[in-house]
Amino acid sequence: MEFMTLHDFMFWTKGMAYVGMGVGLVAFVAFWLFVSERDVDKFADTEEE
Amino acid sequence: MSHHTTPNKTFWTPANILTAVILAIGLALTVKRFTMGIGSVTNLTDDNPWGIWIGFDLLCGVALAAGGYTTSAAVYLFGMKKYHSAVRPAITTAFLGYAFVVFALLYDLGRYYRLPYPLTIYPGPTSFLFEVGLCVALYLTVLAIEFSPALWETLRWKKLRFWAHSLTLVLTIFGVVLSTLHQSSLGGLYLLAPSKLHPLWYSPYLTLFFFLSSIPAGLSMVIFEGGLSHKFLHHKMDETHIKEAPGVTLGFAKAAAVVLFAYFNLKWIGVALDNNWHHLATGWGTWFLVEMFGFVLVPCLMYAVAAREQNQKLAFYASIVTVLGIVLNRLNISLVAFNWQLPSELRYVPSWEEIMITVFIVTLEITVLRICLNKLPILHEHPEFKGAH
Amino acid sequence: MKRRKFIGMLAGAGACLAASSATAGGTHHFKGYPESFGVLFDSTKCIGCRKCEAACNKVNELPAQPVPFDDLTVLDKRRRTHHDTFTVVNKYEIGNKPVYRKQQCNHCLEPACASACFVGAFVKDKTGAVSHDASKCVGCRYCMIACPFEVPTYEYHDPITPRVRKCTMCQPRIEEGKLPGCVEDCPKGALVFGRREDLLNIARERIRKHPNVYIDHIYGEREMGGTSWMYISGVPFEKIGMREDLGITPAPELTSGALSIVPAIVGLWPVFLTGAYALTKRRDKIAEEEQHHAVAEAVAEAQGEAAKKAKAAMDKAEREKQSAIDREVKKALKEAEEARLKAETPADPSEQ
Repeated sequence: MEFMTLHDFMFWTKGMAYVGMGVGLVAFVAFWLFVSERDVDKFADTEEE
Repeated sequence: MSHHTTPNKTFWTPANILTAVILAIGLALTVKRFTMGIGSVTNLTDDNPWGIWIGFDLLCGVALAAGGYTTSAAVYLFGMKKYHSAVRPAITTAFLGYAFVVFALLYDLGRYYRLPYPLTIYPGPTSFLFEVGLCVALYLTVLAIEFSPALWETLRWKKLRFWAHSLTLVLTIFGVVLSTLHQSSLGGLYLLAPSKLHPLWYSPYLTLFFFLSSIPAGLSMVIFEGGLSHKFLHHKMDETHIKEAPGVTLGFAKAAAVVLFAYFNLKWIGVALDNNWHHLATGWGTWFLVEMFGFVLVPCLMYAVAAREQNQKLAFYASIVTVLGIVLNRLNISLVAFNWQLPSELRYVPSWEEIMITVFIVTLEITVLRICLNKLPILHEHPEFKGAH
Repeated sequence: MKRRKFIGMLAGAGACLAASSATAGGTHHFKGYPESFGVLFDSTKCIGCRKCEAACNKVNELPAQPVPFDDLTVLDKRRRTHHDTFTVVNKYEIGNKPVYRKQQCNHCLEPACASACFVGAFVKDKTGAVSHDASKCVGCRYCMIACPFEVPTYEYHDPITPRVRKCTMCQPRIEEGKLPGCVEDCPKGALVFGRREDLLNIARERIRKHPNVYIDHIYGEREMGGTSWMYISGVPFEKIGMREDLGITPAPELTSGALSIVPAIVGLWPVFLTGAYALTKRRDKIAEEEQHHAVAEAVAEAQGEAAKKAKAAMDKAEREKQSAIDREVKKALKEAEEARLKAETPADPSEQ
């Protein structure tokens, strides 16, 4: 893929960055749950009571 | 409204009459705007495409609704559980604030019915406005869920209430992320216009300035509204709220003082980085100094003294000055110092109809807020859900 | 960029990332569309006849103007483009001599309007034209804020379908092999249409040949990263209403840095905030444990104390009991002794 203008380049790269952000955020939540799932006190799942 | 709670008093109090008059005029102007076009009610021109509907309704509206993310972050993430009772009023104001920002935007957008375009079929990721739109849409959703327990409790829909509540931590973190982004992106909008915005206000730090100043803006709104509801809605507040209110006010005053201090310093670094010192000697410089000293340093010191001396009244006054300062800053960037090089006859001055529509939207928001505070368990806990958060 | 293209991005992300590596480097430099067209305006040749305005009005099918195009009195007033006029000529009195300057979209190489647009309605085309797609436009007017040349205009009085309007460089006509309307009708050759590279050479040639006629500056060669529409003039450009303080930074570069912080915030904030939450939680837990521990210790201590006391009481009781027994035993023994002595005493004499 070749970009003729900086604008086209940014349109592509910033678009990819947004997709990456979305995936990253969802993945982070899942990952955090995975890491702390077996915690004895399970403090990821318990809410402030 | 008031006639439900105090049946012996008439509904037509002076405040309610004024509200009714403003709402009536606003509705008439709304009809005019949507049948005859933006140009029929505004003084917007091809040189001045953004007026007070963006400068005030959007920029100030979003900044002053920052109380939602600052309070929930303080309580749920930074362990200030003692301020717990401040969360619900702050979330409620933020939710209504954002909802009305979007509502106000419909007046300003030429083709308001295409509002979802950027987020659905035609994304334009190079624009800071795309960033703002995306984050505001997502954050409005987050706030709606955070606000919803007050509604579910009133309706006694326990399952929904506990579902919404179980998301608190995730929503709080998302809320802070989204707020950081769109608060700063509103400043980022002006990065594209270095030739139109006065150098004293234009800075590569614009995004940082907008984010940083949104924190004291949000904290000040919590203090300010807390003071007001203490005065006018005391009967709606329960023991916990009344007991925790001074702690909230003084704790937030201290936080606001510290952030304002950092903001004040960074603004000068912004001036230094672009070597804009010589502009300080001009009329624009004087105006910049008024903003910096009168509306940043003064409230910063007021808050500092209030926190030191445990003076709630001073904190309340400081919150007013801070809020005015934020409004001044946003209006300076969007209107006053924008297009500063245009000859005076081409400069923008809002029309009375434009101002009236803004007044209408603010009045509508306050009215809905009053209804919510009176009808929903916001300043007090629902008896069936006591301590369940 | 088309919607299809955006969706394509999502689909072929991995493959395309690899393919774009050649352009992704920090040192990469974008030269714009090669062979793209432009127009050179020579203000020393313009006579302010307004023929270009008339042509523009005709080819773009714009509404009829209240003042006919052969009425030159409008030149006495400063004008700008509007939704029904894509180009205007202004007159500037410089040393008692009129100098004219035509104004229209400059068709930037890196358009600020395109960078600002949140629906991607502006496209820089390979012809050199920057065109606006009204079918995408939401009407936010951010393009008008962003444009350093104040080109895009708006139909403020249309309540339902207002459009952003601006010069199209007559892109459809160029694609048909025709000249832009204004260029075609210019009677004095003040407008030259051609490849941008050629236009730059023509401009340089004119300046070189007539150094006392032109000032040595091609406006648009570098302004805001360069424009397809360029100007040469015999007077400083700021004297004919053109800003010379715009700088040479292409518009997208003004935001690209700040925009790259966005993903950084999305990546880092949740980590820091979860960390803050975890620390708070841990602090609370430690505090709770310490409290628990303290309570347990207090309880244990209290229990120990009680046990000691109980034991002491028991011991005391035991001791008392023992002494009582001892006493009783002693007493019994004593009594027994006495009894024995008593019994023995009478027996003793009898034994003796």
